[in-house]
Amino acid sequence: MAERFLVIKDLHVNVEDSPILKGLNLEVGRGEVHVIMGPNGAGKSTLANVLLGHPKYEVTAGTIEFEGKLLNDLKPDERAKLGLFLSFQYPEEIPGVTMENFLRMAKIAQTGESISITKFNRILREKMDLLAMKPEYASRYVNDGFSGGEKKKSEILQMLVLEPKLAVLDETDSGLDVDAVRVVAQGVKQYRSSENAIVIITHHSRILEYIQPDYVHFLIDGRIAKSGGPELIAEIEQSGFAALQSQSGRA
Amino acid sequence: MRKKTQVADVNRSLYDIKDKFEYSFKTDGLNEDVIREISAQKNEPDWMLEFRLKSLGIYHKLDVPPWGPDISGLDIDNIITYVKPKTDLNVTWDDVPEDIKNTFVRLGIPQAEHKYLAGVGAQYDSEVVYHSVQENFRKQGVIYLDMDTAVKEYEDLVRKHFMKCVPPSDHKFAALHGAVWSGGSFVYVPAGIKVEIPLQSYFRSNAPGAGQFEHTLIIVEEGASLHFIEGCSAPKYSVNNLHAGCVELYVKEGAFLRYSTIENWSKNMYNLNTKRAIVEKNGTIEWISGSFGSKVSMLYPMSILKGEGARSDYTGITFAGEDQVLDTGTKVVHAAPYTTSNINAKSISKSGGVSVYRGVVRVLPNAHHVKSSISCESLMLDSDSRSDTIPVLDINNDEVDIGHEAKIGRISDEVIFYLMSRGISEEEARAMIVRGFAEPIAKELPLEYAVEMNNLIRLELEGTIG
Ligand SMILES: Nc1ncnc2c1ncn2[C@@H]1O[C@H](COP(=O)(O)OP(=O)(O)O)[C@@H](O)[C@H]1O
Ligand SMILES: [Mg+2]
Repeated sequence: MAERFLVIKDLHVNVEDSPILKGLNLEVGRGEVHVIMGPNGAGKSTLANVLLGHPKYEVTAGTIEFEGKLLNDLKPDERAKLGLFLSFQYPEEIPGVTMENFLRMAKIAQTGESISITKFNRILREKMDLLAMKPEYASRYVNDGFSGGEKKKSEILQMLVLEPKLAVLDETDSGLDVDAVRVVAQGVKQYRSSENAIVIITHHSRILEYIQPDYVHFLIDGRIAKSGGPELIAEIEQSGFAALQSQSGRA
Repeated sequence: MRKKTQVADVNRSLYDIKDKFEYSFKTDGLNEDVIREISAQKNEPDWMLEFRLKSLGIYHKLDVPPWGPDISGLDIDNIITYVKPKTDLNVTWDDVPEDIKNTFVRLGIPQAEHKYLAGVGAQYDSEVVYHSVQENFRKQGVIYLDMDTAVKEYEDLVRKHFMKCVPPSDHKFAALHGAVWSGGSFVYVPAGIKVEIPLQSYFRSNAPGAGQFEHTLIIVEEGASLHFIEGCSAPKYSVNNLHAGCVELYVKEGAFLRYSTIENWSKNMYNLNTKRAIVEKNGTIEWISGSFGSKVSMLYPMSILKGEGARSDYTGITFAGEDQVLDTGTKVVHAAPYTTSNINAKSISKSGGVSVYRGVVRVLPNAHHVKSSISCESLMLDSDSRSDTIPVLDINNDEVDIGHEAKIGRISDEVIFYLMSRGISEEEARAMIVRGFAEPIAKELPLEYAVEMNNLIRLELEGTIG
């Protein structure tokens, strides 16, 4: 690969002293879409959180590099400023802080440039239209009282506004009805470009009907157990993770 | 490197300026002669002098309240020094440190108030604003005066209401107030008049004792409405450490009064303020209250719902930092059927600060079909801080609908991570969460006050990180 974008090497991560990731290797190139699938509890969200530097996740060995920079010791906000983004599996609620205010602050923090409220709100409305979100969401408090589907849309909205270089979508399509999956997928397609990369963590192939991935990985018991092209999705649909799981158990 | 927020580099201790003043005289205590002198200086009618002297007698008889926070740091025997400071203060605007001047600017305080706030004598120029406001209201029959003038110009009206709502016998500091009060606002809104724009208190007299013992008297007649705002986010530069003001609000039948306050006392201050409203049939009182600063605050705005269908809404927030005890809350007396009260109290404590919600809802035996809902929420920013909730319910009628809910919380690491993952610094993330917590109060305030309150929160949070 000519350019190193995201490179994870031999990553070991503990959560509350118990090992969750146990030597994970992954490379993602600019312009690529990767899918990560795996059974519950395999460590997918752990990987997502550790990429953004959640303090609860302790890296005991290995490295994460992004565009040649070592991320291991960087704080979450510093990683965000480098262009990383996580669409949370369970987005947090922030009562009293409006979506538009929060997103504008985040945008200013990331770009280091101030942007007028009017100009920012115009951009925000455009992105909201794209996701079929009613304008009043902008003045609602961040995720406060949002339904599960609204929270996921709110994550994708944030991605579209913040324009990260690498977006990790942690089960963004879970718990959404068919229409919502389509809308979210369209948002992701809109964002996809040769300049950035997407890592989609999912249990379902439905979202992949809209977004063609370049690579598919199976994450099992804290490691990438198998990698390949989109054809792996059909394999998992047919036989599930059980066979792979027993293999990795023996290893 | 973390970028500091706009006002983060303002040194808080600048507010706590050393005692540079000399007092013109000292006596061993508060006596009749002093009271007579205050009254004579003000050229008051006799009944007010009598009132002051009677209050002084009560003051000497009453003890400091046996409950609540420790106020032993208050030098009660030397109360005289709070009352009669030397009036010609030899401080000029040039003497005020640059940093303080800059702080006023950063807090967004209007230029006109800077000199006053800096404690630079009688320079506060409110005349222009005052006259234009006055002209507008005069046409509607609204009276808006400083209290000292009102005693003389509207003697009967004042006499009929003055300390009838809060009698001097209420507690020791009410009695003290009755004896030495000075300054404050007087507002009278005639029946049926709706005052459209919020009325702000401009009267900040530099007379001795004003600002420490100011009296606010507001009468809103039948069917009239008013929004009165008292407040300022910059702590007044003062060496006196006792504040015992008094606010009396009369809300007549079908009238509406919203009383908003944002106060920020210097951190040596004992703020023992008494605020009370009497609400007649179908009248409404709304309290919006933001309390910052002070060493100890004991502040419990009280609503007496006297007429059927009267309503009281209380929305308050307090912020207690290091070495501060903010003991606040509200009292409601449901004295008539079909009366309603809503209480929404929030507190923030950090660096060992103590926030106490102390409240009483009392339903008298005759008051059936009362509705009351009480919500207390506190946010502790670290494990050294404390928060207590002491709600008292005294219900003497069975046909009531009362709801009570209390929440004590901390800032969750997950929320901080969420915000930081969007590029927001840890410091700003915390400030954002705290501002969000205070938002229900901020959104009730006019924009410029909401901005001031947010700036205050920012200032108080300074140094929370590392
Ligand atoms: N914050 C946490 N605190 C404690 N245990 C955790 C935490 N996050 C993950 N774990 C544990 O780590 C393992 C992997 O979890 P996770 O990464 O969420 O799996 P996945 O997303 O693949 O379902 C699970 O056993 C889970 O219980
Ligand atoms: Mg997960």
